[in-house]
Amino acid sequence: MDLTFLAFFAPFIAAAFAPVLVRLLGHNAAWVLALVPALIFVHFAGFLPQVAEGGRVTGGVQWIPSFNVNFSWLIDGLSLTFALLISGIGTLIVLYAGGYMKGHPQQGRFLCFILMFMAAMQGLVLSDSFFMFFVFWELTSITSFLLIGFNHNAERSRRAAMQALVVTGGGGLILLAGLIFLWNMTGVSEFSLLLGTGDLVRESPFYLAALILVLGGAFTKSAQFPLHFWLPNAMEAPTPVSAYLHSATMVKAGVYLLMRLNPVLGDTIAWETILPLFGGATLLVGTFLAVRQTDLKLMLAYTTVASLGLLVMLTGFGTEKAIEGAVLYLVAHSLFKGALFMVAGNVDHEAGTRDVTKLGGLLAAMPITFGAAILSAFSMAGLPPFVGFLAKEEIYYGIAASDPWSVFITTVAIVGNALMLVIGFAVAVKPFLGPKVETPKSAHEAPLLMYAGPVLLAALSLAAALWSGLFHQFISSPMASAVAGAPLEITISIIPKPGIALTLSIVTIAIGAILYFGLARLRAAMAASLEAIGWGPDQGFDQFMRGLVRLSVVLTRTLQNGRMEFYMTATFVLLALWLFRTMFVAGEWPAVPAFPVLSIYEWVTVSIIAIGLIAVVRAKNRLTAIVSLGIQGFAVAILFMLMGAPDLSFTQFMVETLTVVILALAMTRLRLSPQDHRSAGQTVLDGTIAIACGVALTFILLQILQTPFDRTLTEFFNLYSYSLAQGRNIVNVILVDFRGVDTFGEIGVVMVAGLAILALLRIVPKRSLGSAPAPRVPAPEPVAVGKE
Amino acid sequence: METAVAVLTGLYFAVSIYLMLSRHIIRILLGTVTLSTGANLTIFAMGRITREVPPIIPSGLYLPAEGAANALPQALVLTAIVIAFSLFAFLLVLVMRSYQELGTDDTYAMRDAEPEGEPLPPLGY
Repeated sequence: MDLTFLAFFAPFIAAAFAPVLVRLLGHNAAWVLALVPALIFVHFAGFLPQVAEGGRVTGGVQWIPSFNVNFSWLIDGLSLTFALLISGIGTLIVLYAGGYMKGHPQQGRFLCFILMFMAAMQGLVLSDSFFMFFVFWELTSITSFLLIGFNHNAERSRRAAMQALVVTGGGGLILLAGLIFLWNMTGVSEFSLLLGTGDLVRESPFYLAALILVLGGAFTKSAQFPLHFWLPNAMEAPTPVSAYLHSATMVKAGVYLLMRLNPVLGDTIAWETILPLFGGATLLVGTFLAVRQTDLKLMLAYTTVASLGLLVMLTGFGTEKAIEGAVLYLVAHSLFKGALFMVAGNVDHEAGTRDVTKLGGLLAAMPITFGAAILSAFSMAGLPPFVGFLAKEEIYYGIAASDPWSVFITTVAIVGNALMLVIGFAVAVKPFLGPKVETPKSAHEAPLLMYAGPVLLAALSLAAALWSGLFHQFISSPMASAVAGAPLEITISIIPKPGIALTLSIVTIAIGAILYFGLARLRAAMAASLEAIGWGPDQGFDQFMRGLVRLSVVLTRTLQNGRMEFYMTATFVLLALWLFRTMFVAGEWPAVPAFPVLSIYEWVTVSIIAIGLIAVVRAKNRLTAIVSLGIQGFAVAILFMLMGAPDLSFTQFMVETLTVVILALAMTRLRLSPQDHRSAGQTVLDGTIAIACGVALTFILLQILQTPFDRTLTEFFNLYSYSLAQGRNIVNVILVDFRGVDTFGEIGVVMVAGLAILALLRIVPKRSLGSAPAPRVPAPEPVAVGKE
Repeated sequence: METAVAVLTGLYFAVSIYLMLSRHIIRILLGTVTLSTGANLTIFAMGRITREVPPIIPSGLYLPAEGAANALPQALVLTAIVIAFSLFAFLLVLVMRSYQELGTDDTYAMRDAEPEGEPLPPLGY
């Protein structure tokens, strides 16, 4: 079996065994479970040389061949980088969760969810088929829901989980529509084939519709303003989830999609306007909101929102250097943000709080964690010698120009980057340096399982910059080439080159440094201005959800109002309309039939039936109704006799007699009002519906009677009734021989009806139970039929 | 003859639908009884109607007489009559029991499953 195929499912299999392993090994199960993502990492790392040379690996198995839907994967620079980030950081996160959740009663369940998420995310980035992509996309939303709501006893968790599911899951449905558009426009349902159809898609009249739908999916998943609010709320999840899903991997799925489709949808005015606008707005909103926070995780969460905005902005900017900057920043962000979240988790875990104003002087107690934190903060701030520096230089090379649009975007980027620098240092420096502050728990260094992750990621931030040649060769250049759809080579290194980019970097750092020392005042100003606005999309979500519930209640109560008459009216109105519509559309009205020629006794029988029926409707009391019902029934029996059907006639006689007798017996036991209480208006309405249905059905029957009749079956039964079945009464032969199984079924129906009747009659009425409430009706007294 | 039966079935359907549109369960029950008779007559008429000669093979012969009635719709209707009767018997007992339990024969008043003025479902999370 292909190992790549196995890699798709290995985390699912590991997830299934996670609870058992935790029960057996305790928190050390993480060491065993981490082997799975580690092996996947090694497997995918094996593709690096091939992909670095510009190769593209596709493979797969047939899934639904009749619809040309395959389980196919695509490994190029873009998906390989993502796969390595997912499995690599995933390994560290599983280990980290082993330490962080140590002793938690649901640790097994937690590891199970994390591994399921890993499988979904990995499937998402490796999928070649749209449908696989969509399935994995929604699977990440669902697993994210489970992880955010992990602490399901808290209402805040439940709300955050629901919010994430509604926003990202809803976005996934919009995306599906977009993918189906692309499928219809190009006729291909696989990314590897779609990439060659860019011109076709861009010239299609449906381009804008497809673009907006795809963006609907990408922007919800990657938390773009104004749908950014779910991401900070998702911080209700345990810290390993925040580090993994909500910074390093899942929220980048939207960016992944934009990067993947850049060669197809990009290079148009719409693409290069919408993306930078939304991305830039998200960058600014994210950083400003981050400044206001004092919770370490929330500060980081808002900078994640900002970073996603920056990535979207760069992806849509349209220059090669901007794409290179986006690629470098994406990798850098995954490394430093994952590390910083784990640092925040360590501080929270060891000191008992993650409120930055209540922390300080932890350096002595937690030196290793501090080391990882400060290295990551340097990378986040874009300082040399870290990969964040490379990214920032490349970004400024990509967007700096003298036209107004570039100046505008560059300004946005400088402000955003400066504020991110502020937050980075506020998270990495403030808790560790300065005077020692009393914390709820007496802090000491986190265990190996918990510092291994941040230290390794911080070291990678450094290594990727120091050995930038290798990093570019194997990771960033192939990825940028895949995003651009043309070979690109990234050359940036840590040796600063004088130029516009370096100048802008220095400006950013200077602004950041000034703001850092005014952070407390900045925070107060932000809080005050947010309070002045008062309303945000987060409250809007609550209003939306409440509105949704109210709307569904109104709809349900209108359509299912519990009134049988309403249902019946709707049914029959539709029946009449549909029958007339069919005849009208097909133009098949029956011809006017000749006036029937009947003998006198036939006329009498038909008239009795008609009179009996009308009497049933008009009966003023139940006795009249029952008698009239009997009259029409017996008249029908006579009619059957006249039409050469003695068997029917006998049966009808018998059944009608029983019906009348049973009905009369039952009615005397019940005080049912036979009176019709309909108002005049209601009578007219119901009468109109009834007559319309009656006329329509008569027309249909007349139409049928006017078409030629096929007697094949009748001839068959006539011919073989005696010669094969040895019976002279053909009706009986059909019933017991030719269609004997039908008759058997009929007997079954009668038997089941009998059993149901027996069961209904034997249920003890509620009121006869000792403690039951007082009867709502007086016990029925036998009323003689004659007294009616 | 077929035209007369066709008009008659129209009357059957109109009457039964009018009865079923009532709010009172006993009239709905009467409506279902007449509806099934109307349906039976429709099936019967669709197999074309002949007069008086039943589909029976006289002794000594192998085929029924010329102009004998169509046996197939008769077999179908025979089954339908019996099943309609089972349905009627079940519905009647259901009507009786629901009247005893709920104390009303008005479908508007039967609201145990969908009570009126139900509170809103929870609006929180």
